[in-house]
Amino acid sequence: MLPDLAVTLVFVAASIGVLMGFGGLLTWVERKQAAVMSDRIGANRAYIRIPFTNIQLVWLGLFHGMADGLKMLLKEDFKPRTYDQLAYTLAPYVVFAPVLLVFAVIPFGGMIDPGKIIPPLADWFGGRTYPMQVANLNAGLLVVFAFSGLTILGTMLAGWSSDNKFSLLGGLRAGSQMISYELVMGLTVMGLILVFGTVDLRDMVQQQSGTIGGVLPAWGIFYQPLAAVLFLTAAIAENKRIPFDLPEAESELVAGYYTEYSAMKMGLFMFAEFIEIAIVAALFTTLFLGGYNLPFMNDAGFMLPGGTSVALSHGVVVVLQVVTFLAKLFLLCVFQIQIRWSLPRFRYDQMLTFAWKLLLPVSLANLAVTAVVVWFKAGSP
Amino acid sequence: MTVITSSTSVHLAPGHADAARITPTEPSPAESLVPIPKQELVQLRYNARAYVRPAYWNEPKMTFWERAYLPEILRGLSITTGVFLRNMTRWITGRKGALTTYYPEEKRADFAPRNRGKHVLTQRPDGTPQCIACNMCATVCPAKVIEIESAFDVNDPAHPKSPVRFEIDYSRCVFCGLCIEACPEDAIRMVQDVPGLSSDNRFNMWLTMEEMLTWNPQSDVAKPYPPKGGLPITRGDLSSKP
Repeated sequence: MLPDLAVTLVFVAASIGVLMGFGGLLTWVERKQAAVMSDRIGANRAYIRIPFTNIQLVWLGLFHGMADGLKMLLKEDFKPRTYDQLAYTLAPYVVFAPVLLVFAVIPFGGMIDPGKIIPPLADWFGGRTYPMQVANLNAGLLVVFAFSGLTILGTMLAGWSSDNKFSLLGGLRAGSQMISYELVMGLTVMGLILVFGTVDLRDMVQQQSGTIGGVLPAWGIFYQPLAAVLFLTAAIAENKRIPFDLPEAESELVAGYYTEYSAMKMGLFMFAEFIEIAIVAALFTTLFLGGYNLPFMNDAGFMLPGGTSVALSHGVVVVLQVVTFLAKLFLLCVFQIQIRWSLPRFRYDQMLTFAWKLLLPVSLANLAVTAVVVWFKAGSP
Repeated sequence: MTVITSSTSVHLAPGHADAARITPTEPSPAESLVPIPKQELVQLRYNARAYVRPAYWNEPKMTFWERAYLPEILRGLSITTGVFLRNMTRWITGRKGALTTYYPEEKRADFAPRNRGKHVLTQRPDGTPQCIACNMCATVCPAKVIEIESAFDVNDPAHPKSPVRFEIDYSRCVFCGLCIEACPEDAIRMVQDVPGLSSDNRFNMWLTMEEMLTWNPQSDVAKPYPPKGGLPITRGDLSSKP
């Protein structure tokens, strides 16, 4: 009982730490990447001075994120004279909390045997193994959609309770956009559920450690290439980022539904958006890119296509899996940011037309084709 | 008159007793015009609203692959990623991967030759400022940033007035160059170089006379430069004055 609790607490702390770290890091990555790809230098002024010395640590401007956070904490927390203070105060948390909760079901590593990692505590753990995941639910994917659907409530609540007609319009736009694209997101994932025959994310990752025909890693993106593109598109739209950032459009609409929010409440909205980048990346990794495993790798070691197998010790495997997961996560975040700085924004009608008249039929067709193929393959043997 | 009555009738309910009485029975001159039939009016309004976008001579024609959008997205992404990777390689290999300048640590080398950067005070051959503290620059300055404190030297009748304090507030200077045009003595000029006065304190952004007198070019068309310091000051003849 106590070891279980300890392991779970460690996983929870690690997950929250990773997400917060990614959220903070991505604010810096976004600015710096935009600067580098447009021939600029980017944030490089904020520094920390070591006390009693004149040494200033700049570290490529990494402290700009901390300076931003500090600024948001210290700013005046302006409140509009709204009739629904409770909803107004609650909205940022309703947006922020589900984003964190989604990560609970995403596996960031294989099975871990804490007794082998920390030999002095081997007796205490008694040889038990734990999946590296906060909550090992067999309804994983459903939980993901259940929680990510909650953020719609938060945005609409924010738009409605701000007592500002422009915020209300922004909330409406955000609501219709998120609902439209959530539908597409669900349908694209449906094909993957058919292929893997499960909604358990850990099970999906383990099935992706195999190979297709002994050569290609059995990643979801090779089973469902179209669904992968559609999923990423819909997920970016769900996150309301460029080219789908109609509801907030920082420079044009003064942030749409959270116009009336200031200080750290606004910071929570922004932070939730950045964490959601990491969540989208984690989901895409888990569903389409083989999760925490490198190609041809499973919990025992490498199974290369030639038939050779490389056995790895448990500690190496655990470290390799976590590092692989984080690396995939980071690269996908960078890719999303690259998209954000490359593409022009859609018009609002174009965006909804895109969802309902293009993405939805295409994902339905994808689902139908997948269903037929899976049915034939299941019937043939 | 009819306008007023008809607008009053609007406020009365249809079944109101006064409605029939107030509504004019005789059509006014304006209303006696032939009314447009409702169907036609609708059509007119529709026509007015229909907007046909003019075709321009350089109308872009998209090919099928451009209209397919996804290939173009990939092309755009490849361009931006290429620039990103190129600049990133430069940064990693110790070169500079940006076009912007790291001011104030580094300054651009390609200022235009006639750039109005910072002010300098020209000097007489003996090294004294040529300024006669006439305050014309301070008067013409639209931003009111020039402050001059003058001194009087009775022993120098040719230039009795000279500045003891000549300061320019660069936090407010608009670099218009009107002070140069106003100067009757060619005592103030602007040079290509910019003042390195970046500061978080506005009171550090004043350029003082000492700094403005450091201008020392090798030659100048209008003046015997470099000024030869230590020469005896050529004084005017007091006796020749009326």
